[in-house]
Amino acid sequence: MSVAMPAAGSLGENLPENERNDANRPPGPLSRSNVVATLVTGYLPLLLATLIIALPLIWMVLGSLKSPDEIVTQDLVLLPKHPDLDAYGQAAERISIGRLFLNSAIVTVVGSTIKVILAITSAYAFVFVRFPFKRVLFVGVLVALMVPPQVALVPNYVLISGLGGVNTYWGIILPGLGTAFGTFLLRQHFLSLPTEIMEAAEIDGASHFKRMMRVVVPISGPTIVTVALVTIVNEWNDYIWPLVITNDESRMTLPVGLTLLRNIEGDASAYPVLMAGAVMVIVPVLVIFAALQRFIVAGLTQGAVK
Amino acid sequence: MGATVTDRTGVPAAGPTKPKRLRRGFTARDRRDFPIFLILALPNILLIMAFIYRPLITNIYYSTLNWTLGSKYATPIGLGNYREFFTDPDSLGVLKTTAIFTVATVGGSMVLGLMLATVLNRPLRGRTLARATVFAPYVLSGVGIGLVWVFIFDPVVGVLGAVLRAMGGTSPEWFNKPGLSLVMVIIVYVWKNTGYCAVIYLAAMQAVPKDLLEAASIDGASSFRTFRSVVLPLLSPTTFFLLLTTMLSSLQAFDLIRIMTPLGNGTTTLMYDAYLQAFGGYNRAGYSAAVATILFAILLVMTVVQLSFIERKVHYA
Repeated sequence: MSVAMPAAGSLGENLPENERNDANRPPGPLSRSNVVATLVTGYLPLLLATLIIALPLIWMVLGSLKSPDEIVTQDLVLLPKHPDLDAYGQAAERISIGRLFLNSAIVTVVGSTIKVILAITSAYAFVFVRFPFKRVLFVGVLVALMVPPQVALVPNYVLISGLGGVNTYWGIILPGLGTAFGTFLLRQHFLSLPTEIMEAAEIDGASHFKRMMRVVVPISGPTIVTVALVTIVNEWNDYIWPLVITNDESRMTLPVGLTLLRNIEGDASAYPVLMAGAVMVIVPVLVIFAALQRFIVAGLTQGAVK
Repeated sequence: MGATVTDRTGVPAAGPTKPKRLRRGFTARDRRDFPIFLILALPNILLIMAFIYRPLITNIYYSTLNWTLGSKYATPIGLGNYREFFTDPDSLGVLKTTAIFTVATVGGSMVLGLMLATVLNRPLRGRTLARATVFAPYVLSGVGIGLVWVFIFDPVVGVLGAVLRAMGGTSPEWFNKPGLSLVMVIIVYVWKNTGYCAVIYLAAMQAVPKDLLEAASIDGASSFRTFRSVVLPLLSPTTFFLLLTTMLSSLQAFDLIRIMTPLGNGTTTLMYDAYLQAFGGYNRAGYSAAVATILFAILLVMTVVQLSFIERKVHYA
């Protein structure tokens, strides 16, 4: 036993006492060799992956709480000695980050609300309302799902700026309002609803609007939440279009403002301020994700596995 | 029901043909639905046409112009922009960067994602939390993530450099050497997207029939052998799905490149070139439209390839 110990490595030393002395038994599910194997090939990579993902985010939060002196130093400072929110205050002074946050919130709330409503109404129409060439129209929507809008930046810029949409909320929101993703996801869900419910409502003489609001929407809660959450996250993170269509801090969204901050702050002492900005754009989504990840993961991976 | 209303042949509807009859023509009641459809679906359809389809067409037209963004005048130059792109040695670099970035990010996130999925598929404690954690970066702002990694990679004050110095090395010049900048952006992109591949692979693994795994186990196959000969072939539709979706998103990568390497020194992919040409100070709208059209053509080919493979739903052994 004492010979076998070092070979098993230090991982075995954390095991409970009763599992330490069973090296001679045939390998059962909790045998020493199995436990070591599970640790090395299971828990170790799991822990490693989790740390690789989590540590940069923790580093970001710590960085935002540090003073510039703790960044610009020969020795690495792991934890801020006097954690404070000075960096956030400076971010507010230099690029009025509160304003950027508000702009992002306005664009996200207005844009997502309209998109979700459009997704519900058009998915309902595609499933329950009779219309010629409905299938062709839906394929048109579906193909739009694969067409990247950023590939066509110039034409949208020319159109929106020509209409006076530079540095306006509507200029940021309007081009992204057409929703292929939400329509697709909700249509799939509506098709799976039991037809009896709709027939019953139809026989009762309920109008399409009533059927949509009183029957279809109430029983589609989880899917609508999924569409709403994915839409909110996408709107909040949206970058290339707001970057192109705004050049004034009064209308910039957070990601665009942070780009400006990175451009004007070349010095290493600016990192706390930059990390404060990163926290403001990342943490709200992280909180939503932590609370409702079931819906978000489902929405983003839908259709992948048949 | 209702079949006789539209039955123009006068032949009484016989059982099997009934469903077909129902599709023919529209009744008066059907027609009452038409305006409702338009009210409900038209806004979305018009928005998609105006801001997704129209720009694609317009872009092709713009790509034939010698035109400065903001200028009222443009000169039609036919395929001049394309000729310039394909003869300019810089473009070769752009294509090479695009290829390296795409292959490395797709390969990296898929291989790591598959490895991660096999771990997450085991009955380990805390795997639900781990699954959520590794997926999280996928939904976070690319700009925020990019800033965090700029801070980490900073050769002077970054934590990575500090760790390397502690181990007796020095920090590479991530931001000054074009090749290293590309490596850096690839690392961060893979970090951000591996969780997506892992979760998709995991879902597919959990759909592998248990009896197949039991059969392999009874036949005495090792767990590696089972994975290689049973699980992996069954995952091939998922692999194809991921291969093409991640390829499409890698080709459109923008946020990380823009925030980490604003000048695009060594990191100018087709997507970033299209942006830089129009909005990076040159204002070359026509040339940018040509680059965007080339990128779009590549994306289109990939989508068609994807659709034709999904259509076949094959398993590759």
